[in-house]
Amino acid sequence: MGVKWQVFYDKFITKEAWRTVVDGLWATIEIAVLGLIIGIIIGTVIAMIKMIPKYKTAPKVFSAICDVYVGFFRGTPIISQLLIGYYVLMPALGLNINNVTVAIIVFGMNSGAYISEIMRSGMQSVDPGQLEAARALGLGYWVSMLKVVIPQGIKNILPTLGNEFIALIKETSVVSMIAVVDLTKAFRQIGDSSYEYIIPYTILAAVYLVIVFIISRGIKLLERRLAKVDRSH
Amino acid sequence: MIEVIDLKKAFGSNNVLNGITETINEGEIVAVIGPSGSGKSTFLRCLNCLEDPTSGSIIFEGKDLADMKVDINLSRRHIGMVFQQFNLFNNKTVLQNICMAPVYIANSDLRKVKRTNRKNKFLNLFRKKKVEMLEITAEKKQIKLEAEANAMRLLKRIGLEDKANAYPSTLSGGQKQRIAIIRALAMNPKVMLFDEPTSALDPEMVGEVLDLIKAVAEDGMTMVIVTHEMGFAREVANRVFFMDEGIILEQGTPDEVFNHPINQRLKDFLSKVI
Ligand SMILES: Nc1ncnc2c1ncn2[C@@H]1O[C@H](COP(=O)(O)OP(=O)(O)OP(=O)(O)O)[C@@H](O)[C@H]1O
Ligand SMILES: [Mg+2]
Repeated sequence: MGVKWQVFYDKFITKEAWRTVVDGLWATIEIAVLGLIIGIIIGTVIAMIKMIPKYKTAPKVFSAICDVYVGFFRGTPIISQLLIGYYVLMPALGLNINNVTVAIIVFGMNSGAYISEIMRSGMQSVDPGQLEAARALGLGYWVSMLKVVIPQGIKNILPTLGNEFIALIKETSVVSMIAVVDLTKAFRQIGDSSYEYIIPYTILAAVYLVIVFIISRGIKLLERRLAKVDRSH
Repeated sequence: MIEVIDLKKAFGSNNVLNGITETINEGEIVAVIGPSGSGKSTFLRCLNCLEDPTSGSIIFEGKDLADMKVDINLSRRHIGMVFQQFNLFNNKTVLQNICMAPVYIANSDLRKVKRTNRKNKFLNLFRKKKVEMLEITAEKKQIKLEAEANAMRLLKRIGLEDKANAYPSTLSGGQKQRIAIIRALAMNPKVMLFDEPTSALDPEMVGEVLDLIKAVAEDGMTMVIVTHEMGFAREVANRVFFMDEGIILEQGTPDEVFNHPINQRLKDFLSKVI
């Protein structure tokens, strides 16, 4: 073990591999956080479109487009979405975007598909009387949803959203497929270049655990804060 | 004030309203009574198109609300509604509950005026005959302050000004319903619709809510009230509709309907509830 630690220490400190690890950690967090934000926005919009009473304003076309979107992103592996985004769409569209941005967009669009379902169940858990009361005051559908229904819906699905975020953090480990150096890739590079895997991979798992633990705690705190809002005064 | 012409509503194959033609005049207080499932709530909810009529017309301020092309949101500003379950916004304080719609609507109107002015200012450069700028009566900040002042005045009226910053979950049913009523009043509606406003209340809280409705009625508000409180209907209403199986089977002054009912079904109904 002593020798192995020595090898790892050489690599990590003396050869400054920690810099790659920090960059990788940053990439992982960046992709997961921004992906989640994009996902929440996309998911909310889809959920709202799907909930407009069909016979009225909402052209069924929009709803159908949403179905195709959700179907695609839930029906194909995230890896293939990354590969298509980076190696097929980007060159085809003549875009020159760096691979981290592509990863953020793909993860955002992917989680948007999942979050739309979560969001819909959240909105459906809100008493329909809330929307009716807002509409009866003369507010439009979108404003009423944004100001009254969604804030209450999000509160109901906070734990599920938290799980989605945790899943996202872990799933980002596939971004090395499009040459992003994330947390996983950074540790793999240490292992690959020193032929010593036990320590880097164990630490890698520990780092993910710590991140997930921090997120879980954060969500719990947020839930408690929001629950208080209703009861205080 | 509201003219209902041959209003019909079906949920699938269930014909709930079977052709209602009635005019509700300005200042009138109409009580709607009838057995459960007769379509009272559906009738009321059609008046502001919370339920879209299957056919027929609802004429309000010269517009047919049943017409899908009419901007229903504009008309709803002038039709207040009070629900059986209060439906205060759970995520907002009492003050926010009252101010949200007036503030949002005033702000969105303000944005519209400003947009029009910007457009006209630009187009005026090319116009021989200049178009006048629209007047801006209040800026954003002022809109909010005025709405809050108005909300506090209304809260004071019902003696709940100390609850301004409370959330609905901390209030009693009677308090919630009274706040729901002034939330509707804060829009300065021309008519108010009540759907069994006291049915979800504990008996000891019914009085305070009925008193407030009475006070609003005395201010001259036009009202349509679906109610099971026959005593209240008799006392407050100018006119009573008796609904059964989706039509208004009999209507008249409270004296006519309660003391001299003609239709057998109305007689049966009254003998059961009184
Ligand atoms: N959204 C809806 N979808 C389907 N059917 C409905 C809907 N709303 C009402 N109905 C039906 O319409 C009929 C009349 O209902 P409505 O609520 O208007 O009666 P009501 O006179 O208000 O009764 P109550 O005194 O119990 O409130 C009932 O048979 C009910 O099942
Ligand atoms: Mg009813």
